[in-house]
Amino acid sequence: MARLHVESTINGEAQEFLCDASQSLLDVLRDELGLTGTKEGCGTGDCGACSVLVDGRLVCSCLMLGVEASGAEIETIEGIAGEEGLHPLQNAFLENAALQCGICTPGFIVASKALLEKHPNPDESTIRYWLAGNLCRCTGYDKIIRAVQDAAAKMSHPA
Amino acid sequence: MESYGYVAPGSIDEVLAVLNASIGAGQMTQLLAGGSDVLVQMRMPNHQPRTIVDIKKLAETNRLEVSAEGIYIGAAVSSALMNEHQDLQKAMPGLLEAADLIGSTQVQGRATICGNLCNASPAGDSIPALIAAAGICDIATANGNREMAVEDFVIGVGKNALQQGEFLLGVKFAMPKANTKDAYLRFTPRTEMDIAVVGVGVRVSVANGICTDARVSIGAVAPTALLVPEAADALIGSALDDAALAAAGEACKNLSSPISDKRGTVEYRQKVVAVLCKRAIAIAHKRALEN
Repeated sequence: MARLHVESTINGEAQEFLCDASQSLLDVLRDELGLTGTKEGCGTGDCGACSVLVDGRLVCSCLMLGVEASGAEIETIEGIAGEEGLHPLQNAFLENAALQCGICTPGFIVASKALLEKHPNPDESTIRYWLAGNLCRCTGYDKIIRAVQDAAAKMSHPA
Repeated sequence: MESYGYVAPGSIDEVLAVLNASIGAGQMTQLLAGGSDVLVQMRMPNHQPRTIVDIKKLAETNRLEVSAEGIYIGAAVSSALMNEHQDLQKAMPGLLEAADLIGSTQVQGRATICGNLCNASPAGDSIPALIAAAGICDIATANGNREMAVEDFVIGVGKNALQQGEFLLGVKFAMPKANTKDAYLRFTPRTEMDIAVVGVGVRVSVANGICTDARVSIGAVAPTALLVPEAADALIGSALDDAALAAAGEACKNLSSPISDKRGTVEYRQKVVAVLCKRAIAIAHKRALEN
């Protein structure tokens, strides 16, 4: 089977790539485009390490075919920081020590960004339910929750 | 076939033509909507390559309509889109409860209730809710559309009633009448990210304090989700008092035929199905009165 030609927008830039019909979007990001910030944890949609935004919607990139990205706007962890530096979420994760091994961190940050776009001032319960699909096996979740609360506060009241 | 193929037809006729051509050539196809089951299956060892037929490009499968004429949820509509639809939330809170229990935020961004239905897991959360809401499957066939009640659609563990060459376009519902509301409850050991030990979907109508119509469906306690007519019989004509709820719960228990597994024993599931039935009716009753 010939490889499929796909055009999409990734982190704001037009991208073309070739992929096999069976390759997931995660495979394409990591193996075809070299965007290895997005991690593979389980490969079955349980852990959220591969979280990306597709047309603004939070999804697991392991549960989507690369070819389904045709015409879509994809945002990965590599697109989160702006020209002026790290995103407030990224700073908050650093300041609150909300990571140890770091494998889950890109997924948590992408998922948290989607959360804060929808709920700028989420309460703890909202954060915990929203992030229930992101698993961390190192830190426990309290530091992560505090980091998201911290980022939410800074984003709604910039210093 | 040695490798996977992928097509994304733009019309019902094109999808049917692809399916028909594959049957003629003896090749396997796999319909793709949200993909949250399909991509996991593709990763299973020894999963045979096949042509993936993506049905998300059809206007019909993207329909999400709530009007006086009725409700239509297309096969490509994600749970996230359903949950964001205010009118649907108002009309069918129970169905949305079920959709909101399936997977994480990420999974709900892709997953569809029609996929959950086609996947036909005994523990699929949307299925009892769809049955309670009297959902009708809208099935595309070479001879035009055919319809089938949701309770007849799932015919076994992982098996649905689609014939070769057919596919599910969406599910439709009559607009619930006044003072009619649904509810869905499931039991899991954890609060999130788990598979139902028991699920119960109900819908009740009330007028002047009396239940005038009811539908009760149970999940994860039999090979398929089941409609429980005896539970509805116990409710209709009653004031939805404790005795009627207890009788409905008992009817659910009697129709169930659960298995024992790591999530729960037969005895436990039978006990829980009766409890959840009573609690779900109480929630739907309260909603119907607020209507």
